[in-house]
Amino acid sequence: MSNAPVNSGRRKFLTLTTGVVGGVGAVAVAVPFVKSWSPSEKAKAAGAPVAVDISKIQPGQLIRVEWRGKPVWIVSRTQKIIDELATLDGQLRDPGSEEPQQPDYAANAGRSLKPEIFIAVGLCTHLGCSPSYLPDSFSEQVEGVESGFFCPCHGSKFDMAGRVFQNVPAPLNLVIPPHHYTSDTTILIGLDKGDA
Amino acid sequence: MLNKLVTGTLDWIDARIPMTETWNKHLAQYPTPVNFNFWYFFGSLAMLVLVNQILTGIWLTMHYNPSAEGAFASIEYIMRDVPYGWLLRYMHSTGASAFFVVIYLHMFRGLIYGSYQKPRELIWIFGMFIFLALMAEAFMGYLLPWGQMSFWGAQVIISLFGAIPVIGDDLTLWIRGDYVISGATLNRFFALHVIALPLALVVLVFLHIVALHEVGSNNPDGIEIKQKKGTASEEAKGKFTFHKQYSGKKDIIDAIPFHPYFTVKDIMGVCGFLLFFCAVIFFMPEGGGYFLEAPNFEPANGLKTPEHIAPVWYYTPFYAILRAIPDKLIGVVFFGGSIVILFFLPWLDRCKVKSIRYRSWIHKVNIAQFIVCFIVLGVLGALPATPLLTIIAQVGTIGYFGFFIALWLYSKNEKTKPLPTRLTFK
Repeated sequence: MSNAPVNSGRRKFLTLTTGVVGGVGAVAVAVPFVKSWSPSEKAKAAGAPVAVDISKIQPGQLIRVEWRGKPVWIVSRTQKIIDELATLDGQLRDPGSEEPQQPDYAANAGRSLKPEIFIAVGLCTHLGCSPSYLPDSFSEQVEGVESGFFCPCHGSKFDMAGRVFQNVPAPLNLVIPPHHYTSDTTILIGLDKGDA
Repeated sequence: MLNKLVTGTLDWIDARIPMTETWNKHLAQYPTPVNFNFWYFFGSLAMLVLVNQILTGIWLTMHYNPSAEGAFASIEYIMRDVPYGWLLRYMHSTGASAFFVVIYLHMFRGLIYGSYQKPRELIWIFGMFIFLALMAEAFMGYLLPWGQMSFWGAQVIISLFGAIPVIGDDLTLWIRGDYVISGATLNRFFALHVIALPLALVVLVFLHIVALHEVGSNNPDGIEIKQKKGTASEEAKGKFTFHKQYSGKKDIIDAIPFHPYFTVKDIMGVCGFLLFFCAVIFFMPEGGGYFLEAPNFEPANGLKTPEHIAPVWYYTPFYAILRAIPDKLIGVVFFGGSIVILFFLPWLDRCKVKSIRYRSWIHKVNIAQFIVCFIVLGVLGALPATPLLTIIAQVGTIGYFGFFIALWLYSKNEKTKPLPTRLTFK
C-alpha cells in the first residue's frame, strides 16, 4: 500500500477514459451479433428474374408465379374490367399512382405496360397477407364493383389495377414489380427493359 | 446415527451456502396472509406450466428439425413415429394456451385487489415483462411447425414493425433475415424460442418473486400485514415464527408460513388445474381449432394466404384493436399502446385503497366494463372482419383505453369504504 496522496483529478480521468474505451469495445462487439441477422449473401443472390409464358391465360384469369419468394400475379383484364377502372377514382386513396409503388412505365391508368395484362406483387401493403382475387363477387365488398382483390386478414380492398380503396387499413397501392415483355407472350419479371 | 448424518450434512452445506436460510426465508418462514382465496392459485400454477413448457420443450427439440425443408415433416414424425411424441407435443401446445389462461387470471387478481399499487409497482412491472416475453415466446414457437398459419401469422406480426416510419422496412428485413419469411427466419426464431427467451423468462420470474418477497404479498383486503414493531397483540401475531428479515423490524399479523400451509393449498390448486389440463390434452388437444388452428395442418405456402387467418386466442384482444383502426401506423400504435399502457397501471391508479372490496362503485363498473371489452375484443379478433364487427371492435377499443383514462380521473378523489384493521374472511 502506498501512502501517497490521492490525485483525484487523475483518478477521475482514468476512470472516465477506461469507461469510454470499454464502452467502445462493447459497441464493437455488438456489431457482429446485430449484423449477422441481416440477409445472408445467399439470400441476396436468390433474386433471379422469372420468365412467364402467358399464351394460355384466359380472359379474367389470374396466374401466380413465385419471384424472390413472393407471389406475383398476372391477370388478364377484360375490356369490361378496364372500362370499370376509370370510374373508381373517387373511391381510391391514390388513383393517379403518385406514390412510388410502381416503375415509371406502369404509372398510368391501368398501372401496366399493356392495359389487358396486369402484373403485381400479390402482397397486401398493410401487413403482407396475400389478398384473394374475387373475379365476380367483389361487389359484396365494394358496392357496384364486380371484381377486385380483398385481403382476408384485415379487410383491405384493391381494384383491378391494384389501387387501394379508401377506409381500409392498407396505406398504399399494390407493388408493381419491374418487368418487361421479351415477346408478345413472354414476360420477364424482375428486370426492367434494357437491364442486363 | 442416521439423524446425526443428516444434520451433519445439512450443517456442512449451510456453512458453505445458505440453504436452510433460503428455505426458511422464502418458504418455511415466509409470512403469507391468511385470507388468500382461490384467485391466489394462479401464480404457482404459472410456475407449474413454465416447468411443463421447459421440460416438454427440451424433449421436443430432440426430434424437431428447425429448417424450412424439414420442420413440417419433423412435426408429423413427432406425432406419428416418436414414442409418446404426440403426448409431449400436446402437453407443450396445450401448455402454451394454459400458460395464458393462468397468466390472464393472475393479472386479473392483481387488478381487482390492487396488487400493482405502491409498494408493489416493480412486481407488476416485472410481471408485465414476463407477459411480454411470454407473448414473444409463444409467437416464435408458433412459427416452428412451419404450417400455413405459422407462416402467415409471422408475416403479419413482423410486418407490424414495417409501420414504423423511416426505419420500418429495414427493420423487418433485419428481423426476417430475408426478403420474405424463410428458413433464415425459422432458424433464428428457433434459437430465440428455445434458448434466449426461456432464459429471460426464468430470470424475470426470479426477479418477480424476489421483489414480491421483499415487500410481502398483498391480499384480498388490500391492507398490509406488517405493523409498527411492538404495536400488535400476541393474538394477532399468532404462534408462528417468521424469518427475521420480515419480523425483525415489523410486527407481522394475520399471517401463516407459506410452507406447509400454502404449499398444501397450492397442491389442491394443481390437482384442479391438472383435471382441466389433462382433459384438453387427451380429449380435445386442438382446443376446437383455437389452440392448434386448422390451416396449420398444411405446410407453409408463401404464395397463398389462408381464407381466414386469425392469431391464436390469447392474442386476439390486441389483434382486434389493431384491426379496428383503418390506418396502418395508427393501428400499430394503438396495438402497441394497448400493452404498453398496462405497464403504467400502478401510476394511473391514484387511489390509496387497493382492494375492490373497499373501493367505489365507479371502480367496480369500470373494471367490469374493461373485462367485458377485453373478452368482446378477444372474440372479435378470432372472427373475420365485417363492417358491423369492426364498429363493435372500435367500441371495445374505446372501452379498453377508456378504462385507464377513467381510472386516472376518478381514482384521485375516489369515495372509498373504511378499511378493516385486521384481515377478513369473505
